[in-house]
Amino acid sequence: MSHIKVELKPEQIAKIQEICKSFKNDAGELINVLHKTQETFGYLPAEVQEVIAANLNISVAKVYGVVTFYSFFTMLPKGKHPISVCTGTACYVRGAEKVLDEFKRVLNIKVGETTPDGKFSLSCLRCVGACGLAPVVLIGEKVYGRVSPDGVKDIIKEYEE
Amino acid sequence: MHLLVCGGTGCRASSSDAIVESLKSELAANGLENDVQVIMTGCFGFCEKGPIVKVLPDNTFYTQVKPEDAAEIVREHVVKGRKVARLLYTDPAKNEHVSDSKHMGFYRKQIRIALRNCGFINPENIDEYIARDGYQAIGKAITEMDPQQTIDIIKKSGLRGRGGGGFPTGLKWEIASKNKADQKYVVCNADEGDPGAFMDRSILEGDPHSVIEAMSICGYCIGASKGLVYIRAEYPLAIKRLKVAIDQAREYGLLGNNILGSNFSFDIELRYGAGAFVCGEETALIHSMEGLRGEPTVKPPFPAESGYLGKPTNVNNVETFANVPVIILKGADWYSSIGTEKSKGTKVFALAGKINNVGLIEVPMGITLREVIFEIGGGIKNGKKFKAVQTGGPSGGCLTEKHLDTPIDFDNLIAAGSMMGSGGMIVMDEDDCMVAVAKFYLDFTVEESCGKCSPCRIGNKRLYETLEKITKGEGTMEDLDRLRNLSQVIKDTALCGLGQTSPNPVLSTLDNFYHEYLAHVNDRKCPAGQCKSLMQYVIDPEACVGCTACARNCPVNAISGERKKPHEIDTAICIKCGACIEKCKFNAISIQ
Repeated sequence: MSHIKVELKPEQIAKIQEICKSFKNDAGELINVLHKTQETFGYLPAEVQEVIAANLNISVAKVYGVVTFYSFFTMLPKGKHPISVCTGTACYVRGAEKVLDEFKRVLNIKVGETTPDGKFSLSCLRCVGACGLAPVVLIGEKVYGRVSPDGVKDIIKEYEE
Repeated sequence: MHLLVCGGTGCRASSSDAIVESLKSELAANGLENDVQVIMTGCFGFCEKGPIVKVLPDNTFYTQVKPEDAAEIVREHVVKGRKVARLLYTDPAKNEHVSDSKHMGFYRKQIRIALRNCGFINPENIDEYIARDGYQAIGKAITEMDPQQTIDIIKKSGLRGRGGGGFPTGLKWEIASKNKADQKYVVCNADEGDPGAFMDRSILEGDPHSVIEAMSICGYCIGASKGLVYIRAEYPLAIKRLKVAIDQAREYGLLGNNILGSNFSFDIELRYGAGAFVCGEETALIHSMEGLRGEPTVKPPFPAESGYLGKPTNVNNVETFANVPVIILKGADWYSSIGTEKSKGTKVFALAGKINNVGLIEVPMGITLREVIFEIGGGIKNGKKFKAVQTGGPSGGCLTEKHLDTPIDFDNLIAAGSMMGSGGMIVMDEDDCMVAVAKFYLDFTVEESCGKCSPCRIGNKRLYETLEKITKGEGTMEDLDRLRNLSQVIKDTALCGLGQTSPNPVLSTLDNFYHEYLAHVNDRKCPAGQCKSLMQYVIDPEACVGCTACARNCPVNAISGERKKPHEIDTAICIKCGACIEKCKFNAISIQ
């Protein structure tokens, strides 16, 4: 999927330039620029990184190095409903692995993938800090607490029309 | 009268916003909206029973409140003065309702200093912080003391860094104050990366002004005019409340130029993390703030000499800062009277895992693990047997039964093979496989290793692979020796704190649970029944009545058999998901 070429439209390039400019094209603000850009585009494909590198006057390799270093940044588009299963320690000891396995089985995708219809993507995250509700699953911004493998199908159903 | 509703992340996930709305509209319906205030506060700590609603002044503590309970709370408690018994916390030992939170086992042994305002004030209202002595400490420092006198109080108090290392805070400030430079920086490390620890988030969500005030005090002490908070982007609520607090402090002249009319100026900006555990290490954090990959560098030079943009920089963690204003106001002697000889004050722990009372607690140093787990934590969930408690996150270790009566402080935990860390405390019971737990932590470290030094990048990967081999039942006795030797090499040679401590989960489980490793290697068995490769699901033909419930629910059709006759599981197809055991009403399926 990472090989798909993204054709950026002129207005998209303008938007990235605008973001860079709002941080004074300062290379020291690279992480903030990436946050803002990902917020706007949903992900950071290579073509977007090239525009950022040109504007901040640094190499694309440097931008790529930072994007791939931090787990918050992604080079792949997420699904319409991004599913994140918390695999922090508290959730792990309360059975997060079984919940994750059930999501993988029901959606038939692996962690880091998106369903072919683009509806769901699956990822793991480390601790949202709602350990009292472990195991925790996030769909978009919505938090589901005390999720059991049995409950996975019902959760997915909520998003399936 | 005040109705306090918990607005921490956990309780908000269980609709505490809707509870606030319902309470307000019920009060309005009874014409009481001007007499009773509904306030959304920070975390109360008792996350297990959230959402929490607390009534002041009588300290009534309602648990697991739903929006539809609002009408009854207003009608009964507010109007008629009768407590709603069904929402009160029930003491499991005595089976009695406890109405006053002070008498709950969860709170009785706690001393709340860093969390003093969490759950008491509206974090988005600076006046409420000021009403609880907020911003008096910075006033006292600026008007009554010079920087060195202020540093001396912190030094004398014995406060040590709460982020993990335990370095004396006052000494750190003194070193930074003595380095001469045109610009210095105060950095607050709010990149809480330890999975299962959420104390920093709770402080920022519940009492952001205490951190802002402490950073200004630090700025005054070391001669810095700029503060930076490095915070996880995954904490949207904490970011929002911190921004609100910074704006309010500026408006009140408590941040900005000439604070309180003095010639001291100080302001704070936010910098966002992007999900990298290693950025908790101060040199890595500083590089990340500079827009680079968050890779650590060799110390010296320490940040106090050359930190952010090459300038002297003092980095402290959120909880450390939250202690500072109280120490300035109440004095070093008061603070150092709490705790043990070398670890003063209190520590906040995030209690989680297989424990009855999951939540955030603050206890005096020197309390025992037994008191924390069995008195405050209410013991192990579902009456199971305690097996281990993991402290210090991925850098810490697993402690056992024999450590339960050890007083908790920085040095005792290290002597026991673990560490204080940022304060995660994960309780495990008899169903947890300690080899799998070690593997879980190594999986985390491998993923989070920045890759700069080879002991961490390659060594941890090899540790992980060896553990995986053992959990699959393919391990040998040589593997156990190799685990220990390689762990020692990584400890001795890795570049930063993350790498040097990463083998701790392996070493501590080898020390304390060697018999479990042996069972995996020699008997090819997982005593806790957790390692999938080492277990088989078997149907007992005597007990099976042939109801077909298991076969119908098996996701991979591994179960066959005629109706009303014993069924069989094809172990070659079985994925060991456990669906059949859950559906069997006759206890005919077991794991072997």
